[in-house]
Amino acid sequence: MQSTKSKVIYTVLAWTIAGLIFFPIFWTILTSFKTESEAIASSPSLFMFDWTLVNYQDVLSRSPYFLHFSNSIIIAVGSSILGLMIAIPAAWSMAFAQTPKTKHLLMWMLSTKMLPPVGVLIPIYLLFRDFGLLDTRIGLVIVMTLINLPIIVWMLFTYFKEIPKDILESARVDGASLSQEIIYVLMPIALPGIASTLLLNIILAWNEAFWTLILTAADAAPLTAFIASYSSPEGLFYAKLSAASAMAIAPILVMGWFSQKQLVRGLSFGAVK
Amino acid sequence: MSTLHSRSLARVALVPAVALLIVWMIVPLCMTIYYSVIDYNLLVPGDNEFIGFLNYEFFLTDPAFTESFYNTLLLVGGVLFITIAGGIGLAVLLDQAMYGQNYVRLLILAPFFVMPTVSALVWKNMFMNPVNGLFAHFAVFLGLEPIDFFSQFPLLSVIIIVSWQWLPFATLILLTSIQSLDREQLEAAELDGAGPFSKFFYMVLPHLSRAITAVILIETIFLLSIFAEIFVTTSGGPGYASTNITYLIYTQSLLQFDVGMASAGGVVAVVIANLVAIVLMRLIGKNLEG
Amino acid sequence: MGSIHLKQVTKSFDDVEVIKPIDLEIRNGEFMVFVGPSGCGKSTLLRIISGLEDTTSGNIEIDGQDATHLAPGKRGLAMVFQSYALYPHMSVRNNIAFPLKRAKMGKSEIEKKVDEAAKKLNLVDYLDRKPSQLSGGQRQRVAIGRAIVRQPSAFLFDEPLSNLDASLRVNMRLEISELHKSLNTTMVYVTHDQVEAMTMADRIAVFNKGVIEQVGSPLELYQNPKNIFVAGFIGSPKMNFIKTTKQNDVKVATIGVRPEHITVADGDFIWKGKIGVVEHLGSESFLHVTLHDGTGLTVKASGDTPLKYGDTVKLTVNDDKVFYFDDSGLNISDSVSNLHQVFFD
Repeated sequence: MQSTKSKVIYTVLAWTIAGLIFFPIFWTILTSFKTESEAIASSPSLFMFDWTLVNYQDVLSRSPYFLHFSNSIIIAVGSSILGLMIAIPAAWSMAFAQTPKTKHLLMWMLSTKMLPPVGVLIPIYLLFRDFGLLDTRIGLVIVMTLINLPIIVWMLFTYFKEIPKDILESARVDGASLSQEIIYVLMPIALPGIASTLLLNIILAWNEAFWTLILTAADAAPLTAFIASYSSPEGLFYAKLSAASAMAIAPILVMGWFSQKQLVRGLSFGAVK
Repeated sequence: MSTLHSRSLARVALVPAVALLIVWMIVPLCMTIYYSVIDYNLLVPGDNEFIGFLNYEFFLTDPAFTESFYNTLLLVGGVLFITIAGGIGLAVLLDQAMYGQNYVRLLILAPFFVMPTVSALVWKNMFMNPVNGLFAHFAVFLGLEPIDFFSQFPLLSVIIIVSWQWLPFATLILLTSIQSLDREQLEAAELDGAGPFSKFFYMVLPHLSRAITAVILIETIFLLSIFAEIFVTTSGGPGYASTNITYLIYTQSLLQFDVGMASAGGVVAVVIANLVAIVLMRLIGKNLEG
Repeated sequence: MGSIHLKQVTKSFDDVEVIKPIDLEIRNGEFMVFVGPSGCGKSTLLRIISGLEDTTSGNIEIDGQDATHLAPGKRGLAMVFQSYALYPHMSVRNNIAFPLKRAKMGKSEIEKKVDEAAKKLNLVDYLDRKPSQLSGGQRQRVAIGRAIVRQPSAFLFDEPLSNLDASLRVNMRLEISELHKSLNTTMVYVTHDQVEAMTMADRIAVFNKGVIEQVGSPLELYQNPKNIFVAGFIGSPKMNFIKTTKQNDVKVATIGVRPEHITVADGDFIWKGKIGVVEHLGSESFLHVTLHDGTGLTVKASGDTPLKYGDTVKLTVNDDKVFYFDDSGLNISDSVSNLHQVFFD
């Protein structure tokens, strides 16, 4: 239906805009391979410079980067798995044993995510302080699990609802107990959905930048907080900032590219299909 | 599916999730309310006596609050405007036939997956810095005075950064919605003589209204609580020029240690968020059907 | 060995009584069909027998043991669902083996039984395929295989042929009937299609709004329907019903005659009317006749009938083929003899 001419025009237009939008990320990655003086040069070069890995070496050897990277992994993956364990039975219940209250319950759960974090900032901070949870990975795992639980439940609910009920009933008549029903029938069928939910949640937890900034210090800080420490720099540091940033965002950029559909499903709450 | 046995199992299965969320929400919220009515400063050991609504008075009459409130409105409104207008445009564009569409999508989507502290620092230092940033270099190249973004336009700078981050979200949701529009309807309209503009205003836009509503609602909820971008760039300044309510409460509680007043602020923030949600749902609620 | 006894079983959802107290005895080895219009409760009752739904009150006995509170997997029953409910992530082999694994049967024994069932149902070539790679009829057979392999005391079928296209349906009907003959196991079969019911059943239970109107063999229901509902439900095309207006002391309110019992009259006739649409099926034809008072009758005629649209036709019927119903719909033909002459002018 559309001519080649219009196709070309749209291609040029779209690629230009996309290029502009992506540019900051591109520039960051590029700068990570420059020397510091190159990084602030007033006539910055696009590709013609001395490529170097010194920034990566510096960041990895002179700062506790690896510690913070592992913190990010532990917190993001840990809270996602914990969240799944709590959410799967709940979503199973809401999808297959629906009652008139189910919709209300789901809405209420989502509403807890809409609570402004500052509403509970002080009690959480004080509780964490008093229980020795400040600057601990376990403390952050707990918080991340709780703030993302509504989304995990919601997403699993939508995936479970797509599974025909009578497959589970058939398993029941075939003699399966509840746990067998879930393990041998529900989980394998729902595995893609569960994986997608896990993926999206890792992304959300990795990028969370409120509680991770406030509840951590040197020990448990994930990358979000560690990068924030570059905001009070001493001396030239653009190239190092770029290297640190590139490593921090690379895994999530890759994961994000695979999870567009999940993003829509998880964060648009059914408004679009 | 509904035998007594399976129904009671289903109820039990819900307990962990529901109990945890109740505890997560109710307990701290009640504590915040409690703190908001007592005199509590972390630096001043005292009786923590009950002082009624004094904290609220202090909080709401503080000029910092007024400025933060307007800043919050500007921040949310500004980002909403940019992301939705831009999102609609990008969604329409991406719906057209072109070469390499999948890659274009990936490029446009990328900013959403960058953690807020990284995007804020990259923008602040490598683009907006008045000496070494790209914008400064570009200005000098044109013979103009470089802009010191964060001194001269602190709030606007934050708006730019946040909009860059959220534009992909709006685009993705709106694009998904556009792609669910029935092609045959558009073709029929074309046969009836509708040009691209008519098609857009009379068919695409109404169909999008539901998605736009969702984007407004979801973005507003998240945008009210913007924190990291401010934390890492301006720390709310100069003065309170780029402080929103979230950041204000943070400074009062953890930097000034006035827990009592900050708690009052926290309650105010929750009330505001609820009001916004109610107003939004009332205004455009008919577009959203659970 | 496969007898199921329902005693005063009721079912209510929220305050709506969907199944009124039902007593039903399903005999060992018989093919019992539950038939009735949508929403009549037949599927619900099947699910209650299977254990997927609780009774609100009443008891279920399977082979003399009270099974009312037993879990579905413990009742010794197997169920074939309308959508087949195959496990999409398992091969045909594993689908069929699933119930045996749940019963903790030994590996070699499982293999033996699966192979037996596969042979019986012509599935040997498909054992390693996944359900998505099978046709509708094949999936149906896998569902049946999964049921057979458990050697249950009874099979429960929930409208298993509804998802198949017409020609496949006829074939599967025969296959299921043959299966019944060869296994000799009780089968409880739910359908809304009265042709399936008539051709497959040993006995039929006709359901209407949560009540069983009548239980009997197909021929019994055809020849001696208890009331208007059963008379109108069994038999295709539907029985003709004519309301009587004349007063009489036997309280007949409606007369019923089947299309196949009305004949074109040579001499004496009872009705005269104009022919509307004539449906030609080749082996037979159906005339849609309108009488002078507006009543419509469907009449079966020969396949090569010369009658056509617009013709006038005279019709008659044998006395003993007429049914009489009172104003509550009950069949009172026994108390009426040759009185139909009284009603016609």
